[in-house]
Amino acid sequence: MTDTLMAALEVAPGPSLPKAPTGITGLDDITSGGLPRGRTTLVAGGAGSGKSMFAVEFLVRGARDFDEPGVLITFEETADKVTANVTSLGFDLDALVRQGKLVVQGFAIDPTEIVETGAFDLDGLLIFLAAAVERVNARRVVLDTIEVLLGMFADDGSIRGEIARLFRWLEAHGITAIVTGERGERQITRHGIEEYVSDCVILLDHRVEQDVSTRRLRIVKYRGSAHGTDEYPFLITGGGFVVQPLSAAGLAYSASTERMSTGVAQLDHMLGGGVYRGSTVLMSGSAGTGKTSLVAKLTDAACARGEQVLYVLYEESPDQLIRNMRSIGIDLQRWADAGRLHFYAARPSAYGLENHLAGLTRLLDEGKPDVVVLDALTSFAAVASAHEVGALITRMVAAVKSRGVTAVLTSLTQPESELSATGVSSLVDTWLLLRNVESNGERNRLLSVNKSRGTKHSNQVREFLLTDDGPTLIDAYLGPEGMFVGSARIQRQTEDRQEQQRRSSEVDSRQRDLDRRASEVQVQIAALEETLAETDAEMKRLAADADRRSSDESAGRGVMRRHRWVDAIPPDGGQR
Amino acid sequence: MPVELRLYVAGNSPKCRLAMENLQQTCDTFLPGQYRIVVVDLLENPQLAADDQIVAVPTLVRKLPEPMRKIVGDLSDTERLLVGLQVRPGRPER
Repeated sequence: MTDTLMAALEVAPGPSLPKAPTGITGLDDITSGGLPRGRTTLVAGGAGSGKSMFAVEFLVRGARDFDEPGVLITFEETADKVTANVTSLGFDLDALVRQGKLVVQGFAIDPTEIVETGAFDLDGLLIFLAAAVERVNARRVVLDTIEVLLGMFADDGSIRGEIARLFRWLEAHGITAIVTGERGERQITRHGIEEYVSDCVILLDHRVEQDVSTRRLRIVKYRGSAHGTDEYPFLITGGGFVVQPLSAAGLAYSASTERMSTGVAQLDHMLGGGVYRGSTVLMSGSAGTGKTSLVAKLTDAACARGEQVLYVLYEESPDQLIRNMRSIGIDLQRWADAGRLHFYAARPSAYGLENHLAGLTRLLDEGKPDVVVLDALTSFAAVASAHEVGALITRMVAAVKSRGVTAVLTSLTQPESELSATGVSSLVDTWLLLRNVESNGERNRLLSVNKSRGTKHSNQVREFLLTDDGPTLIDAYLGPEGMFVGSARIQRQTEDRQEQQRRSSEVDSRQRDLDRRASEVQVQIAALEETLAETDAEMKRLAADADRRSSDESAGRGVMRRHRWVDAIPPDGGQR
Repeated sequence: MPVELRLYVAGNSPKCRLAMENLQQTCDTFLPGQYRIVVVDLLENPQLAADDQIVAVPTLVRKLPEPMRKIVGDLSDTERLLVGLQVRPGRPER
């Protein structure tokens, strides 16, 4: 009984839904493998959202990379135009057609030249499609945009029935299909094509916010499969679609143990020998805290070591930067001239966020720099929401990191607010905090290491000076009354020195006193010793005198005895 | 000038047979002796659907005189067929 119950409960996991990989960068990650195989997927989006490009790339990659030939039927443009459109993505449709892997056919239908009289079906299309599928042994079909048919016929009922029949035919033949649809206002598509597609619906969006365009992709529905539900930014690049899932930004970075100098010896010391190569360094601080100077110094040091540096400027021009840095003794021009330093200036508002990312990726791949500087990331805040900026920065950092390039980011504000919220701070390996402190009528710069992964780092705040020879760090004055910087530090140090001098002179004089006392005592000791020696000599002399006298006396006594006639033996009892 | 017509069908389906009958009848009535009909079976040559841009079946195409007109359906609505052919009912073209 129990056994059968157990057996009944032990349901084998259902076969996972078979998927047809799209080959589109990033998309297969968020769909866990691709589009539902043998089913129809609806890709909906507004004009210019890239839905046709998406569908064509699915076909091209299928035919080219997965040995799944395809048929493309376009109702909006001619075959020639489609072919021309996707050439910019690096796809050669003509070649695939010649190789018998692809059929491209346009059905340009002008509703104004059509008159309806009575019943009809879509056999014209279906017969062509069936023949084309058979001809190239197609496994994939794209109908772009089949909705055109819905708007074309007055007899809405019969055209809907016919489209449903077309979808059934595709499914019956095990074809993985994409149909595209124009975005509707109250429903996913204008003509409600989604009612025929029950397996997978993908929405593409092309928004312009604050004058910046961003493309996004969202999987609205994917029956029987796990899928990412976020809106994923995507790019239409020279190599096709690139969907950029945050999660798939990849954490498989190789971690170098090699240290790289920041160009400021004291800072290297604070960080336990510099930053790790390939790590990401964030320098944050408010205006005028010296972020750019510190970055310029690092750039200077890297170029001096013969490394390639890509310096991306979002706020100022290269000339401006070079001029400003010259004032603190950093000559960046020579590195630019030597071909080691490459500037790339781009106003955040110049184009869409995804293009900034694409541009950076391209520069990374073309220039293969050792170090990348992004100055200042927070400039994007002016053109997009904090969330979007956070997502962009995450992707930028991921793009740099995944290539093993050392990244130096500057951030204008304290990043606690916007950056950490979107997970940027977790991507950052070393976080240097620059601050201005105002006291005694002056502003002084302070630097501290907020975090530095995998490194023993100093917890001490240092004073950060911009000298004629570039940035320098000095230990801030730490005394019993707290920390002092700037002239207060100098004053304290002076006071300290004076105090020390005072103390040391006191000690000196006491020392001298004691020395004098000691030598006096020495003199006294010498005098006493002399006296002692004299006394000794005197005593010896006296003793010698006494000896002589006693021997004289005894001799005298014998003479007297004899003289007084004293017995030779003295009388007993001593009674004298 | 004769009216050149092409009727695209898919095999011998009831819809297509009906379209053929309707077309024949209408033409005999309104364009006696001034028309030529070619019937194209797409099942025999699917590529023609693409070449002539035929999605729906049956489709009647008036190739001449210009401009080209497409009339979709079984042609059961004679009035609409005549509108499509630009032939006014009751005034057969001379």
